[in-house]
Amino acid sequence: MYFCPYIDISMIKLSGIHKTYEGVQPLHVLKGIDLHIKKGEFVAIMGASGSGKSTLLNILGILDDYDEGEYLLDETPIRHLKEKKAAYYRNRMIGFIFQSFNLIAFKDAMENVALPLFYQGVSRRKRNELAMQYLEKVGLRDWAHHYPNELSGGQKQRVAIARALITQPRIILADEPTGALDSRTSVEVMELLKALHRQGMTIVVVTHESGVAYQTQKIVHIKDGLIERIEDNVDPSASPFGNGSVMK
Amino acid sequence: MDLLYEIWGSVMRNKMRTLATGIAVASGLFLLIVLQGAGNGIIHTFDRNRGGFSFDAIHVWGGWTSRAYDGMERGRRIVLDNRAEDMVNLRFPAETKGVTSIISQSGLTVSYGTEYLASVELEGIHPRYADMASLKIVRGRMIHDLDVAERRKVILLSEKREKELSPRGKSLLNEYLLLDGKYFLVVGLYEDDQMSSQTTLYTPYTTVQTLYGRGTAIDELMISGKGLDTEQKNELFETRLRQGLGKIHTFHPEDQSAVWIWNQARDNEQMNRASSILQISLWILGMLTLISGVVGVSNIMLISVKERTREFGIRKALGATPWNIIRMIIFESIVITGTFGYVGMFAGVAFCSYMDASVGNRTLDIGVDKLQYFVDPTVDISTCLWATLVMIVSGAVAGFFPAHKASSVKPIEALRA
Ligand SMILES: Nc1ncnc2c1ncn2[C@@H]1O[C@H](COP(=O)(O)OP(=O)(O)OP(=O)(O)O)[C@@H](O)[C@H]1O
Ligand SMILES: [Mg+2]
Repeated sequence: MYFCPYIDISMIKLSGIHKTYEGVQPLHVLKGIDLHIKKGEFVAIMGASGSGKSTLLNILGILDDYDEGEYLLDETPIRHLKEKKAAYYRNRMIGFIFQSFNLIAFKDAMENVALPLFYQGVSRRKRNELAMQYLEKVGLRDWAHHYPNELSGGQKQRVAIARALITQPRIILADEPTGALDSRTSVEVMELLKALHRQGMTIVVVTHESGVAYQTQKIVHIKDGLIERIEDNVDPSASPFGNGSVMK
Repeated sequence: MDLLYEIWGSVMRNKMRTLATGIAVASGLFLLIVLQGAGNGIIHTFDRNRGGFSFDAIHVWGGWTSRAYDGMERGRRIVLDNRAEDMVNLRFPAETKGVTSIISQSGLTVSYGTEYLASVELEGIHPRYADMASLKIVRGRMIHDLDVAERRKVILLSEKREKELSPRGKSLLNEYLLLDGKYFLVVGLYEDDQMSSQTTLYTPYTTVQTLYGRGTAIDELMISGKGLDTEQKNELFETRLRQGLGKIHTFHPEDQSAVWIWNQARDNEQMNRASSILQISLWILGMLTLISGVVGVSNIMLISVKERTREFGIRKALGATPWNIIRMIIFESIVITGTFGYVGMFAGVAFCSYMDASVGNRTLDIGVDKLQYFVDPTVDISTCLWATLVMIVSGAVAGFFPAHKASSVKPIEALRA
């Protein structure tokens, strides 16, 4: 991995990130995060509940701002962006996958997948066509005209993955993508993410399932708002749980 | 177009909400249109029922002096005479279109063969009277200047009286009628209008003066004003007219009761003002109902926006800008208000047409007179265009607050919900 300098180009560079949630009792959640994620890396973020994993991922996804430090996303400084600019970067650079899928209930699978392209001004015909291609990639072509409430959890998450991919983002951010799935469908979803990684996609997954984490290359352990340690997982296939299985 | 498609989904998903909102707006517009229609009906009725009068006519009658003047006691009777007409023609050519002297004799009996009519009024007029009082000659001719100069015994008869005097339908044009012991030639027949049912026969005013020994006296001077379009101009004209008459008939120029002046133009002004007040209040009333509809839309949209917080969060995470969200909500609001507004508007127009067909133009018989009520209770295209504009604006207004709220949703907060 590390003998080829060309692929060591940085995708995410965090230095000294601090985040405090203001409120009646201000909560200092992130206390100086330094993190470097290279292009094409598959990274897991682990940590106890409340340790600030989601907070970190939201900052990476420009869904939330941070108080101190520096964040470069593919060499673009991300700081105090105007809403319009933030929306533009989210749309063009980032693909989100959420634990609770976050599909729009009154749109069918195809329309859900096509939605990000609506905000790029792509014509309806064109974006539906592309949506069908991406549904095909996640194996749901036949389910294109089903509404979310007619899909299983695993199918919903695959629709969400197709939606995250349709804009060809620089990075995929997933917050507990298997959190609401059983072990069999979790495997399906992880297989999809691994396949994307093989095609060169940069992926960051927040999880507290070690079975998920050990399928990635690099595991970032967070504790009390600080990075405790970064573990290189040299051979993901040799994870303690074996390939193709997820410990629940 | 694409936006419309985006909206379609959410409108269809929230059928109940959409329907509730729609009904509020539709009934608001329905009321707006119906009120306008009814108001127009009342206004048209005003216009119709006062038809037949010349609106800018100024009437002058002789009165009694209230001030001593030029050595004469107060309480003296003033009788207008032929000099008044000449004076107006001479002094006010710029302010008047025409002037006519009127002198009448009532309580007469007219007969043709064995048929007769009692309590007939003989009204002595000037040829210009026809235009000034909208007297329509349907057969024969109007009285002309030669009739006046030669004091001819010619008369104008109404068609209705013709039928009464000639029950078998024989035309009385160019026939002689016996009026108070004298024969008069019928030179013309005039159209009855619904307002005047008096048995009036018209003849040259000079004829009345001669036959009844009235000398040069007249009962009334009727003046048709020109360019008297403001309150001040009317007032000034009346003052000067009074002064002019005072010179001829020797009374104090400011004596208010020496002559009575009734200026219809000023009455008319007030009538118009009343009409427009009515119209404006109907608009306000309609607008208020519409506003309550709009508030309803706004409220329901607000609730819906709250329900859809998560949806907006998702949209934002996928790259929607605040403006994208605002545009969507406002457009949605306009589509809902517009669609249902049109339903209400069409229902209103249909209802007005129904009113027009059922009670419009019906006349109310009040004994001797017939009164029309509710003439043409409909609305015109411009009202509908205005209403459309109002709907779009109110839709936008109704959507604005909810839209603002929706667009300020923070994606992380929305997604945690
Ligand atoms: N918007 C917010 N306002 C205030 N406090 C918040 C907010 N979001 C998160 N927190 C708090 O910040 C801390 C970190 O939250 P975060 O969601 O990042 O944890 P997490 O590591 O993702 O936990 P989990 O594994 O349960 O998802 C928690 O104590 C949480 O209650
Ligand atoms: Mg979390």
